[in-house]
Amino acid sequence: MGLSFGLEPEQEQFRQVVARFADEVIAPAAADFNAEARFPVDIVRRMGEMGLFGIPFSSAYGGMDGDYLTLCLAIEEIGRVDQSLGITLEAGVGLGAAPIDEFGTEEQKQRWLPELVRGERLGGFGLTESGGGSDVFGSTRTRAVRDGDDWVIDGDKQFITNAGTELTSVVTITAFTGDGEMTAIIVPVDTPGFSVGRPYRKVGWHASDTRELTFDQVRVPVANTLGERGAGFRQFLKTLDDGRIAISALAVGLIQGCIDECVRYGRERESFGRPIGQHQAIAFKIADLEVAAQTARQMYRYACWRKMTGLTYKREAAIAKLYASEQAVTAAREATQVFGGMGFTTETRVGRFYQDAKILEIGEGTSEVQRTLISRDLGL
Amino acid sequence: MKVLVPVKRVPDTAGEKKIDPNDNTVDRESVESVLCPVNEFAIEEAVRLKESHDAEVTVLLVGPESAQPIVRKALSYGLDAGLQVTDDAIAGSDALGTARVIAKALEEQEFDLVLFGNQSTDARTCLVPAAVAELLGLPSLTYARHLEIDGGSVTVHREHEEGWDVVTSQLPAVVSVVEAINEPRYPSFKGIMAAKSKPLDVRSLADLGVEPEQVGANGATATMYEFKDRPPKEAGTIVEDDGTGAAAAQLADWMTEKKFV
Repeated sequence: MGLSFGLEPEQEQFRQVVARFADEVIAPAAADFNAEARFPVDIVRRMGEMGLFGIPFSSAYGGMDGDYLTLCLAIEEIGRVDQSLGITLEAGVGLGAAPIDEFGTEEQKQRWLPELVRGERLGGFGLTESGGGSDVFGSTRTRAVRDGDDWVIDGDKQFITNAGTELTSVVTITAFTGDGEMTAIIVPVDTPGFSVGRPYRKVGWHASDTRELTFDQVRVPVANTLGERGAGFRQFLKTLDDGRIAISALAVGLIQGCIDECVRYGRERESFGRPIGQHQAIAFKIADLEVAAQTARQMYRYACWRKMTGLTYKREAAIAKLYASEQAVTAAREATQVFGGMGFTTETRVGRFYQDAKILEIGEGTSEVQRTLISRDLGL
Repeated sequence: MKVLVPVKRVPDTAGEKKIDPNDNTVDRESVESVLCPVNEFAIEEAVRLKESHDAEVTVLLVGPESAQPIVRKALSYGLDAGLQVTDDAIAGSDALGTARVIAKALEEQEFDLVLFGNQSTDARTCLVPAAVAELLGLPSLTYARHLEIDGGSVTVHREHEEGWDVVTSQLPAVVSVVEAINEPRYPSFKGIMAAKSKPLDVRSLADLGVEPEQVGANGATATMYEFKDRPPKEAGTIVEDDGTGAAAAQLADWMTEKKFV
């Protein structure tokens, strides 16, 4: 023994509850809030009430004392019906609250975490800049200069999720605080000199909030340094390793959503005198999606298991993210093909997923970054 | 205040149900078992009484040991304790038999209010809440679409075809609720984890002092001798509008014939 693929009964029960919430509350509203590019704050609040934003955090800060796998199950189920809300949850937990939970001082945790883990407020994580995201050391221009007991921050950040919603309270950013010294600093969004740009006109993830941030002489106390000065680079690498597993779960949700929709449509829709699912050309496409979903799901759960049992998981997280995201792009393309003309409208879930899938190969490390991580880990 | 919420395990409402020809009861293997969806409205009302009146809520289930996950599921909404009555002799009970078991279990409990769903989604008799009230000699307030507690009394809006009646009674009382009463919340992950460790008392018929012959298939007042599969859906009549208004007249005639108007 030693090999177990089962979920704990409570994990399975919670997965079912989240699936039901996704089907009953999110799915009927998704076409509209995506078409309007509207962040659905009422639904995000309800997700908070169910405890989704607090799953992996300690009850000492209002969390659920759950584990990382349970978080991924929730992200997969939300992502199965809507990717914008899936990434809102993933980023809220993984990028907003997790760095403060993992690296913050007790005072920082007491101050920021409770409202983040209850989902009453959201946090962002600012890493990428106009100069780039993959080459963090080479592209970061944002600087924080010590002035007495304050940091004075100047610079910009790009593509920051959850940074400009009405719930957003803080953004943790990386900045150079010296020569080759990168430090993470917590910036409350009401700090003078901090501003968020208009929402981007994105190809997908229309209802997820993504912003450009500008820092013009932004002054925050040195006490807002996340963990130690100079630890920023190490901290964000760890944050992204975790994020890759969660993005894999989001991608698996997309593939599963494609399968659910294609199976339903394949039974209903008829051509040449029979349901299209009885044409082998359609049935085989859907069978291939099922292979992709199951394979990618096992891989992200394996990476989760390694993380939760204290084993290294950098390579496995990269494999899960690379595979799941590339399969998600394929799944969205094929599912759209199954739906034909209807699939080219954003009234359909598969049409929206066609828009949403591409970013999965880019965010939280591009496919090229994942291949670099895997090949380096092999000693190349 | 103390509230008891009787709940039921039912075959998945959306699932295709089958009758087991060996004992003429629902084939539990053929479809997933779930917490009766109507119970969720009674549970939500109880959770609201916890919030507004600091109520202590116990969930009661009559059913086999394998139904215990349904008790835990009900507890995951934030209720305080579980009570399950389990006995092989209960199998095959009709509504009156089930009501006898519930009434006996309630006699041992202190409570101000019993909150039922008005019906279960499998049998849909709507008999059990009133039967329990009758057996206990308590006021019965059924089909509640609104509920208020004021000191020692309960007021409900009792739904019927023409609207609702406002009915007030002293506590303790038995209330059954309809789905219009509220919008049930979803259990939180914390609630699901906490449900594992909530106290759960399991009782037999002997513990409650119920005679086995009063319940189960032997005590049932109704017996099913025969059943048939549901006939396949027949094609309906299609009325086409030819632009002359004749279709409207045809529809009106059809509705009159079927006594809809």
